[in-house]
Amino acid sequence: MSDVTSKRTTLSRAFRDGLAEEMARDPSIFVMGTDLFERGGHWAQVTNLGEMFGRERVRNTPISEAAMVAAGVGAALNGLRPVVDLNFLDFAFGAMDEIVNQAAKARYWWGRPVPLVVRGTTGFAGGGAQHNNPVESWFCHVPGLLVAYPSTAADAKGLIKTALRGEDPVIFCMHKMLTGARGEAGGPEDLVPFGRAAIRRQGSHVTVATYGVMVGKTLTAASRLAEEGIEVEVIDLRTLMPLDLDLIEESVRRTRALVVAAEDYRHGGIGSEIAAALQESLFGELDAPVFRLGAPFAPVPHSPVLLDAMSPSAEEVERTVRRAAKRQ
Amino acid sequence: MRPHTAPVEGQQTGIEVTQAMAADALGWLSKMLLIREFESTAGPLVASGAIPGGMHSAIGQEAVAVGIMSMLGPDDVAAASHRSHHVALAKGMDPSFVMAELFGKATGCAGGRGGHMHLADFAVGFDGSNGIVGAGLGIALGAAFAQRYRQDGHCAAGFFGDGGANTGRVWEFVNLAAAWRLPLIVVCENNGYAVETRIEDAMAGESIAARAAGFGLPFVQVDGQDVAAVHAAAKRAVDRARAGDGPTFIEALTYRHLGHDVGERGQYRTAEEVQWWQENRDPIMRLRVELQRLGALDETGYEKLAAEAAERVRAAVSFAESSPLPDPATVADGVTGLPLKVRGPQ
Repeated sequence: MSDVTSKRTTLSRAFRDGLAEEMARDPSIFVMGTDLFERGGHWAQVTNLGEMFGRERVRNTPISEAAMVAAGVGAALNGLRPVVDLNFLDFAFGAMDEIVNQAAKARYWWGRPVPLVVRGTTGFAGGGAQHNNPVESWFCHVPGLLVAYPSTAADAKGLIKTALRGEDPVIFCMHKMLTGARGEAGGPEDLVPFGRAAIRRQGSHVTVATYGVMVGKTLTAASRLAEEGIEVEVIDLRTLMPLDLDLIEESVRRTRALVVAAEDYRHGGIGSEIAAALQESLFGELDAPVFRLGAPFAPVPHSPVLLDAMSPSAEEVERTVRRAAKRQ
Repeated sequence: MRPHTAPVEGQQTGIEVTQAMAADALGWLSKMLLIREFESTAGPLVASGAIPGGMHSAIGQEAVAVGIMSMLGPDDVAAASHRSHHVALAKGMDPSFVMAELFGKATGCAGGRGGHMHLADFAVGFDGSNGIVGAGLGIALGAAFAQRYRQDGHCAAGFFGDGGANTGRVWEFVNLAAAWRLPLIVVCENNGYAVETRIEDAMAGESIAARAAGFGLPFVQVDGQDVAAVHAAAKRAVDRARAGDGPTFIEALTYRHLGHDVGERGQYRTAEEVQWWQENRDPIMRLRVELQRLGALDETGYEKLAAEAAERVRAAVSFAESSPLPDPATVADGVTGLPLKVRGPQ
């Protein structure tokens, strides 16, 4: 168990450590999904949890997403704290009724908490259109769900811990390309609150609100732009529901320019909601339109050259920030 | 699939209740009368508009819910379908909170936020009706998982209909319950029609119950208009669940006297068919006759039970009518435990 308490780790391991610490603290937490006990999940997200907690609490399920999420909802309504691990978040499609019509609504009707976590790996990578759907914005559009999307190891650990001490159903998104992202993670009581974004880099000229895999690309762009004298403030949203519009607004009041950078489809995503909300509240204080960066509106393709055309690059972030800063 | 809804000449209408069961059976009769009275009262209130929205009446299906619940205690769980007033009341829900919910009042079991397909009272172990076909079984599956996880000796019953038996999720739930030997009672209320579609037009195979054989769990097809027969099937299933031996599949052959919903103008079944079921297979009439035959109930006794049911439903309507409406300003309150900070109109 020595690696469970190590601080320098990967995002996936940090998630695992956070889950393990909470499972040790609270016997009502269990995790179920396909290929968890022996394999540790398809993304090393529950490695060794099987031998640590046994088959009752680390349960291999049939490939029955509706059954595993339904069982999770029913168990959550009856005092347990299930973590349903879908491996790929795309597999939520087989359980959309259970997530949207069951988990998300019980509290509204009956005031009954549904402390259920549905974890899935998402984001663009190889594997084709059915394993790479960006769906985080879908879940943000369902009243009753919270949506976490950490970009760092510390946040993966701190957010899962918060989710497991909360009362609400949480869709926990982890980007494929961040599985092995290394960083420091916190200790057993270092919880990351939902609804509080983090400023990853301070700047005075343009604010970029971003999350997930785009945080790193934006920081790369910000370093290059600094050499041109454009100081970018980089905000990592960390959770998309609740959405920390207050922090974005506070930042944009200073910078007077906003770019929203997501890997999600540019059309109709949560980034569009941020843009709409900010123009509504800060219309007179903006020096430039709010620009949105996102994926072209197409299924995710296989060929690497086509795939590269989907995810916004650091260069695209740079170009868009220059437009927002009126430096092009 | 052979339709069970077709009247068969010369069938007996009698059911068998032993003398030893008579006291319990009087309680079952009382519950069935309450359900019948509730539905008979609420239906016209829907039709008149006093109750907003629609309603799925369970008149005719009372014995299924009451027979299953005869074996469940308050710490056991039930979850049901879009047609579930009978299950909710049989599980012990207060008719006042159900009626107030139908009226959309703040005192309803969901504060007027749910409606007749979203009834629940966790204090009595009713974990919810469900507007999604087959989904109630999934909630019961999760409850059964929690019971197994805690090893508390309780069990859960999940209700769905013949329509639900044609959804994929129902069989995912059955498989998981069987694979994990969960204390789940799977209850299919086969009333012969999925809305207006006859079961034989929509279903392959010998019977719904026989499908369960493929999942390796015990299954039984039972006369759902015979509360004693449903009770006996429930007893076997609940004993098995409490012993840790896993789930049981019960297909109860039943019939709804009214349409799929209030106001239905259905042309899919004949008046003669409905009349046959009312006259020959009414679960309340059959139990009443049997209890009278046993000497456990006389005419006065029956009238007293019926009057008690009527009084409880009258009180429920009065409670609902006099209750306040929910405050429109609260429409987005309590969506989550954590404040969402979603911005409203500026």
